[in-house]
Amino acid sequence: MSEHDPDHDHHHDAPASPYHRSARPAERDKALAERVEKIESLLIAKGLVDKAALDKLVDIYENDLGPLNGARVVAHAWVDPDYRRRLLNNATAAIGELGFGGLQGEHMVVVENTPQVHNVVVCTLCSCYPWPVLGLPPTWYKDAAYRSRVVIDPRSVLTEFGTTVDDDVEVRVWDSSAEVRYLVLPERPAGTEHLSEDQLVKLIDRDSLIGVKKVLVS
Amino acid sequence: MNGIHDLGGLTGFGPVAREDDEPVFHADWQRRIFALNMASLAFLGPVDRARHAIERMNSFDYLATSYYEHWIAAIVTMAKDLGYVTDEEIETGRAGETKPLPHPAPNAEMVEGLIRGGMPANRDDVHLKPAFDLGARVRARHIEVAGHTRLARYVRGKVGVVTARHGCHVFPDTVAHDQGEHAQPLYTVRFEARELWGDNVSRRDCVYIDLWEAYLEPAHRGP
Repeated sequence: MSEHDPDHDHHHDAPASPYHRSARPAERDKALAERVEKIESLLIAKGLVDKAALDKLVDIYENDLGPLNGARVVAHAWVDPDYRRRLLNNATAAIGELGFGGLQGEHMVVVENTPQVHNVVVCTLCSCYPWPVLGLPPTWYKDAAYRSRVVIDPRSVLTEFGTTVDDDVEVRVWDSSAEVRYLVLPERPAGTEHLSEDQLVKLIDRDSLIGVKKVLVS
Repeated sequence: MNGIHDLGGLTGFGPVAREDDEPVFHADWQRRIFALNMASLAFLGPVDRARHAIERMNSFDYLATSYYEHWIAAIVTMAKDLGYVTDEEIETGRAGETKPLPHPAPNAEMVEGLIRGGMPANRDDVHLKPAFDLGARVRARHIEVAGHTRLARYVRGKVGVVTARHGCHVFPDTVAHDQGEHAQPLYTVRFEARELWGDNVSRRDCVYIDLWEAYLEPAHRGP
């Protein structure tokens, strides 16, 4: 699907965020490409970076790491109560059991949604995000609107994602201000008792692992 | 510093603009600047210095530019501050005289090892007794910090409750400025929405935020 124009998809009075490509003319992209090219050739010439290492970095974050890892963690916790306990008790170790971990996931904490509690994760100061289980964050997670508003007005942000939280449910916002990284364990939807772990994985998307959505049976 | 990056609690940025089926990168230059920043951290890091380099952008520029443009600003600032490059070299892309490097640049295998192994921020060899117990009432200090800090402005002076302790973690306020790790107890503190934002907000909402011991003092009242 094409990229949303924030001016037209939502409120007509919304400012266009410079984070979105729609707000960045092609000439600007070209100028940025030229600037980055100069920086890259300069740093390679100075020996500060290795070309093959750059390609490896892009490959890992573009192709290997993504929210499928987090979905596997959650689906496993849904079908294995012992694993769920380990995950809530020591998330870094439990996530490591499935082979995931490393940079920006050194200190993991998993927070569990229940009928009484809904959790949602943010980094108000920059854009900290659990890379080993979710990959790199979507643009909206890094953008000013989400980072500023979700701490003070989480319910209206959730509503924009189509998520309704009842008045008697507590909303907990987790601001990732240190090197601890948070992953939401969503509620398993009713009517999924017959599904296998692999089938459950397919129901779980990135937004539910950040906590802006619930897991729904499509 | 009281920078524009410290966005928590502002309300004037409009709705959250989303994109369906968003790619990891939207342009090749974004791929390249991501990789350049990550790979050069071996010389330009630690990550706290990189975060502070972004925070030091002019506030108007910070708001008017996109995420990976912040990463361009960061790498240029760090490389210049540490004497690895000059403005002229950045403008031309041609290398002049080069400061000797302490070690070779990490190769692909080393980079992959770093990603898989991570860079833990905890220091198990630091045995400081935490000043605050679980359940303790604490106040986030009402202080101004001139340099890098992770003490978000919206909690300063506010009272919350310790809900978790994470051992001793390196202290970004000093690490970012080459002033040592000063590893110390790190806590998660829960603040009620009413304490943070005012009596007219939802009684049911709260914010959990991670705070180092130096950011906290005992609280004897509220919330």
